[in-house]
Amino acid sequence: MSPLSRREFLVAGAAAGTGLVIGFYLPRGRSGETQIFAPNAYLKITPDGRITVVVARSEMGQGVRTSLPMILAEELEADWKQITIEQAGASTLYGDQTTGGSASVRTTWDPMRKAGAAAREMLITAAALEWGVGRDACKAENSAVLHSASNRRLTYGELAIKASAFPMPSDPPLKKDAKEYKIVGKRMARIDVPGKVDGRAVYGIDFQLPELKYALLSRCPVIGGKVASFDDKETRQIAGVKYVGKISDSAVAVVADSVWGAMEGRRVLNVTWDEGPNRNLNSAAIFESLRNSASGKGAVLYSTGEASKLSGRRIEAAYQLPFMAHAPMEPGNCVADFRGSSCEIWAPTQVPQDVRDSVASAMGLDPDQVKVNVTLLGGGFGRRLEHDYAVEAALVSKAASTPVKVIWTREDDMRFSTYRPASYHHLSAVLDGSGWPVTFAHRLVSGSINGQKGTSQPDGIDVDLRDEAALVYSFPNALVDYVMVETPVPLGWMRSVYALQMAFASESFIDELAAAARKDPLDYRLHLLAKDEDIKFFDATWRTSRMRGVLQMAAEKADWGKPLPTGHSRGIACFGCFGSYMAEVVEISMEEEKPRVHRVVGVIDCGQVINPSILEQQIKGGIIFALANALRAQITIEKGRVVQGNFDDYAPLRMNEAPEIEAYFVESSEAPTGAGEPPVPPLAPALCNAVYAATKKRIRSLPILS
Amino acid sequence: MPEITLRVNGAERKVSVLAQTPLLWVLRDTLQLAGTKFGCGAGLCGACTVHVEGNAVRSCSTPISQVAGKSITTIEGLGANGLTALQQAWIAEEVPQCGYCQAGQIMAASALLVKNSQPSDDQIRQAMSGNICRCGTYDRILRAIRRAAGSGGKG
Repeated sequence: MSPLSRREFLVAGAAAGTGLVIGFYLPRGRSGETQIFAPNAYLKITPDGRITVVVARSEMGQGVRTSLPMILAEELEADWKQITIEQAGASTLYGDQTTGGSASVRTTWDPMRKAGAAAREMLITAAALEWGVGRDACKAENSAVLHSASNRRLTYGELAIKASAFPMPSDPPLKKDAKEYKIVGKRMARIDVPGKVDGRAVYGIDFQLPELKYALLSRCPVIGGKVASFDDKETRQIAGVKYVGKISDSAVAVVADSVWGAMEGRRVLNVTWDEGPNRNLNSAAIFESLRNSASGKGAVLYSTGEASKLSGRRIEAAYQLPFMAHAPMEPGNCVADFRGSSCEIWAPTQVPQDVRDSVASAMGLDPDQVKVNVTLLGGGFGRRLEHDYAVEAALVSKAASTPVKVIWTREDDMRFSTYRPASYHHLSAVLDGSGWPVTFAHRLVSGSINGQKGTSQPDGIDVDLRDEAALVYSFPNALVDYVMVETPVPLGWMRSVYALQMAFASESFIDELAAAARKDPLDYRLHLLAKDEDIKFFDATWRTSRMRGVLQMAAEKADWGKPLPTGHSRGIACFGCFGSYMAEVVEISMEEEKPRVHRVVGVIDCGQVINPSILEQQIKGGIIFALANALRAQITIEKGRVVQGNFDDYAPLRMNEAPEIEAYFVESSEAPTGAGEPPVPPLAPALCNAVYAATKKRIRSLPILS
Repeated sequence: MPEITLRVNGAERKVSVLAQTPLLWVLRDTLQLAGTKFGCGAGLCGACTVHVEGNAVRSCSTPISQVAGKSITTIEGLGANGLTALQQAWIAEEVPQCGYCQAGQIMAASALLVKNSQPSDDQIRQAMSGNICRCGTYDRILRAIRRAAGSGGKG
């Protein structure tokens, strides 16, 4: 895992300025690295036959260290066994390296394919010239070029140096038919698995440096509060404590030569806080403010027909969701080594470039004076889309004049996170005489994640909603709008972001309409999707046929309509986000008025599947994550403080609660779309719809077990 | 600080740390065995699970003074002489996603199989419920333990 050299950075960076994403042609004969074929920033082939694919996204469990190289290897005609990977740090070579928005595959599908194909073409040219035959007589296969007429073969390793003499084709031919795929679409073994079963895998929290010290921060427990003063007399008596000091308005750092020393030092540190303007903030007031804002003016996300002007049988409902925390298993951490005119960072981060830029800004450095290395991530779920941990670590390294690893405890992670925005939803519909909706309206009232972070949100619409608030049914009249409210509670992007809130409210409400019309919830949805239509939602086009497809497949796999064991009930829901279509059927029984989930069937249509095994992990894992969210995930605020602290009062799902989950996908050769987040949103409404089927009680507020 | 002697992965190790230091941090920081993970610091998630005299123990909540003279096995020691059948099953079933909790999961499963070489699915679920996986790998954990038990491996 060596980061790109400075030399590569300069050469390729210059090429990047031309806007040709894959066209980074590195000159031959670079000092020290002459024995290498590196036609572009994603790929290196050495004469020993080793093929290194650079992964410019972060591995947080979703499998990018396997799926992205698979895409390149497919077009390269590589022998998968020869592929090794290199993790890119913050770079200028790869465009936006953010790992989020279920975007890694969908945004690198083209560049990775082109990178592999371009290299393949160069290797074929090299072999053809070597043999004095036409290119057309040669073919690439299994990391070698073959000339079948003369039964000659040269491996990519043997061709590597010669191939680097040729210009890179800018528009190499790509495979047109999925039937040609040998790697894409296959259950290739994950590259990262062996190191994760024997203790070798290095996460951020494991990273070591000579002379490394450890730090914990005492942060103001009240949102927006500050350090008034601190007394470190006791802290300094703890063995190994090297430094205590205020590193920002709201935090005091304790640096020691062991993690435990820093923990003990922080435990006895006496900080007086200036609690600031939020000292009386609490969850009840926040929800009251959301409800009160619901009558304000909304920014239109989607509108068709005249949603407000029809009369008939009118149905209305309000839904509400709490703040939630990501709680990845690896708590926050970051290693920083500040050296005056440079700073090096090792971080489990989803945003190496943001880390680079924010550390540079905080330290008064230029971005190219900050080097950011990306480690493995022990889960992300959006928490590591922030860069607070890196700025802190850099500040502590500077203040204490030492390389330092800042570690967050679980309580730090829970209480100083950025949270899924709490939301309030008002829905209404007018039904015709047959019970079909002639109008449908959904108003979202919530804080703006992007707005809170200071970026401009055109027309009062949080930009995330473009990917996460789609209406996928065809109604004659419909309105989806958004009322942005301000909140001091730090907001962040949590797996599926606003899609979870939108799906819970809208898919529960569709179920309400089906119940009011006395129709089967599946039939009701299929009727609304019956006509083949393209529904435009910002830049996306949602096809009713594809949503119908996942619904029908989920229903079939879950035996929808067939008898269930006594006491069991089913619910169904579907949603579209990050370009993908997802439907889920949940089977439950009620035990002491609580749902016990027995079985979940999930079906996704995410276009071309790269690796079915990894996709299955994303679906099943997403459903487990969503089930914990639906049942009991809630962050509450009292006296300006986050109440929950650890896995006792913010409890993820455990194995004895995990249902049987079946994961399926629709065979498709459409371009790939998101997979990490789409499995999350339909779970809560499908579950609550099952509860309704069992009890005739509608759950309109999450978590269920509150 | 007193010197404490441990037997870690078969080798005698002497450490001088604060007596209340949790075993977890001695393993990770002092002995550079970072395969054992910090998850909650409160014995709630199982990411820090190691074996002390063959029993699964939460190293984050075990003061070093309690394990003086005891024999400790970590994930690094489990497969020191070649991967165990359990670790091989973990690879065959491709269990890990982010992988952060998996060392603890494997140590917990290994201790289970030593006590009960043929656990039922319910026994597996109950025994493994102390270990949280936020990625949701539970079905593959179940399959891997079944596979290891079926192959007669002791984990």
